[in-house]
Amino acid sequence: MPAAIWAELAMIVVGLSSVFYLFTKDPRLDRFAASSAEVGTVFCAIVLTTGPIWGKPIWGTWWTWDARLTFTLFLFLLYAGYLLLRGAVTDPAARARFAAVIGICGMCEVPFIHLSVYMFPTLHPMPIVLKPSAPSLPGTMLLTWLLSLGVFTLLYVGFVVQRYALSYLREELEAVGDVGGGRGHG
Amino acid sequence: MRLPELLRHSWTVAAKDLLVEFRSRTAILSAAVFVVLVLVVFNFGRDPTAVSNVDLAPSILWVTFTFAAILALNRAFQLELENQALDGLLLAPIDRSSIYLGKLIANLVFVAGVELIGVPLLALFFNVRVLPYLGPLTGLIALATVGFVAVGTLFSAMTVRTRFAELLLPVLLLPFMIPPLSWAVLATGRLLAGRPLSEVVGWLNMLAVYDIVFVALAVLLFPATVNE
Repeated sequence: MPAAIWAELAMIVVGLSSVFYLFTKDPRLDRFAASSAEVGTVFCAIVLTTGPIWGKPIWGTWWTWDARLTFTLFLFLLYAGYLLLRGAVTDPAARARFAAVIGICGMCEVPFIHLSVYMFPTLHPMPIVLKPSAPSLPGTMLLTWLLSLGVFTLLYVGFVVQRYALSYLREELEAVGDVGGGRGHG
Repeated sequence: MRLPELLRHSWTVAAKDLLVEFRSRTAILSAAVFVVLVLVVFNFGRDPTAVSNVDLAPSILWVTFTFAAILALNRAFQLELENQALDGLLLAPIDRSSIYLGKLIANLVFVAGVELIGVPLLALFFNVRVLPYLGPLTGLIALATVGFVAVGTLFSAMTVRTRFAELLLPVLLLPFMIPPLSWAVLATGRLLAGRPLSEVVGWLNMLAVYDIVFVALAVLLFPATVNE
């Protein structure tokens, strides 16, 4: 579940850094958006694999067109489109602009997907922590949940930093002439 | 730029596209044949004793429109790739937004033409009564179409200049089409089942919000897709 939260937040990070990229044309922001998108994809994949594994014994089914599962799947497809587009454009400046456009649209799409999937019946419990009254989760469970949220936050930040450094090195490599970050070798 | 001027320029761009289409008529004819074929294929892919026509008709209608629209959207900017026509268009002393709006209008007219063929054929092939609900159904189709054609026009401006344009556009566009499409399918189902109009107003409102958000967003973002 913390992975799902970060999968969604990562999309918003992509969208926001895309907005700033279009204003400033700073390649660092583009790299940051791409890194966040890749980590978001990984987190979606975590949700989409661990969710069914947990769902089979508890709910008795691997997959159901449940609101939150569907939502994560949409998010995964959005990320996939974003990354595929990045792969299909060769010119770095055009790639950054195109990706920013998709990123911003993706961010604006999130509330709509939210709305449309909440119209579907769900097996998940309704929100229990972030709601107007006090959290109704037992104290120990809340502690566990907050701890794992913290861990996934660190994981997200760590992944993005790693990925950002990698894309920086790859661009340096591209700049010295080895286009495609070593793809030429094989 | 003032609004009347923007609209006039948009219309000029749209009229140019529509004239090109009207002179050749290849795209609209292929799209029409495509719609007929999809509907025929659906006829063989169902069991009429298991699911009644009225229950299946909304899904058939919207899946057909989705595929036809994607085919149409690829065409809009493909047209401009020949002879670097897009550069000429960008050099014209008009706002970039009006190029987008012009393309959007032309695409909407094109998709509306396809839908004009699709709805009567659906009624004919699947024996669905659409005449009593024609007014609300038209409004619903219009609202849903504006939403996904707006996003599609923006994306096709980018994908035509990539490798695998025909494949990339649906991959990018389908996640964006799913919310309006799912609302449209649900609302169409209610309409065709003869439910009161008050049951679908909620979906119509959401479609309208989607349209406003994404048309505005696309107008703002379009310059970023063509800047050189």
